Amino acid sequence: MSEKQPSILFRLNPRIGIAPYRQLVDQVRQAVELGRLRGGDQLPSVRDVVTQVTINPNTVHRAYRELEHLGLAEGRLGLGTFITENPGALTADTGNAELSRQLQLWAQRARAAGLDEDDMLELLRRILNREERVLS
Amino acid sequence: MTTPVIETTDLAKRFGRKWALRDCTLSIPPGKVAALVGPNGAGKSTFLRIAAGLSRPTSGTIKVLGEVQDGTDASLLQRVGYLDQERPLYRGFRVDEMFRFGEGTNPTWNMATAHAYVDQLGISLRDRVNNLSGGQQAQVALTICLAKQPELLILDEPAAELDPVAREDLLRLLMREVAERETTVILSTHALGDVGSICDYLVIMSHSKVVLHDDLEFVVESHRLLSASSSSTPALPEGVTVIDTRIGSRDVTHLVRLTLPLVEETWDITEPTLDEIIMAYLRLGTDSASSQTHVSAPSPRGGIS
Repeated sequence: MSEKQPSILFRLNPRIGIAPYRQLVDQVRQAVELGRLRGGDQLPSVRDVVTQVTINPNTVHRAYRELEHLGLAEGRLGLGTFITENPGALTADTGNAELSRQLQLWAQRARAAGLDEDDMLELLRRILNREERVLS
Repeated sequence: MTTPVIETTDLAKRFGRKWALRDCTLSIPPGKVAALVGPNGAGKSTFLRIAAGLSRPTSGTIKVLGEVQDGTDASLLQRVGYLDQERPLYRGFRVDEMFRFGEGTNPTWNMATAHAYVDQLGISLRDRVNNLSGGQQAQVALTICLAKQPELLILDEPAAELDPVAREDLLRLLMREVAERETTVILSTHALGDVGSICDYLVIMSHSKVVLHDDLEFVVESHRLLSASSSSTPALPEGVTVIDTRIGSRDVTHLVRLTLPLVEETWDITEPTLDEIIMAYLRLGTDSASSQTHVSAPSPRGGIS
């Protein structure tokens, strides 16, 4: 391949029931958290993404807009979409670290109570669903 | 308000005594990749052929790209690309001969596009159609369709019968075209996995009727699974239409369509996957009890039948 290698290789799992745009957003977020994507890195163009994975270009646009909204990426006119400088500050702030610690404790307790991974996810999903209904 | 790419009112088609399509009223906005899903014989191909101007409706109206589509307007036909599984290829022709034929019959033909696409797919212009694999033939047929530079692309099961790699290549070719030219696509498919990944608009047909058409995003948002213990089933909340019901020995689960926001505490509510929603609609009418259910204009029902 003589073409420039993309900064991130997206994957798409149509079976897990998570909206494709959300899957792209999560993968960028994760790559940033793991340091595989850094501030100033260019995300592949929409055209490149649709030749990488079989996905609707509108979905890629949507994911990139969401990343901009989250402050993880910024569109530069005529150039493309780039990871913002110092995106780590947004993803691993202290609030998240505390939440993550609490969740770890909760997961330990849940495991001790005999719940497996699927049970925990299911429980969390139910709680979030209920939460959404209360909010809306 | 942008002009819909396809807009129909009470479109119907009868073959002899059998209605292939009935009460079809829908509109598809521009720039979408719309999936047309339904069991065999649901009327998908009939609808697509009418939209392409290859068949005339028995009654009702259809506008395509803002113009009345009756198959006689040559300039409209030029703006629409159509491809079904009967790939219109001359077996004895070489790829470049097929392209020259396309150029001669289409005033908007773009030879550079055609060459770039087959080159990318690793197909030589000197290859004879006969000697190409089924997947490559499908790719050449789609390339010919794309080189016409249509504003609307109508594809009847474009990837059926292709092996997984060939279908992936074909769909990527299609998505690249959508990314570059913002072509609107409507395609029929049985592969539900494709719907979620490449489509952003969904039309479900069943028994010659359209039972659902909406933006994919709203499709998931407007459906929920409600479950409760079967020993003490609460009344259904207001503003839901039951699409499918599954009864177990201990609990009951309804897949419902919401017409009002749910304010509900008694049922256990989860978000269904796209596959679950589509399957629920496809099951509609397969059992006699619900065959009369008319879902295209849902009215809130308090109970279930």
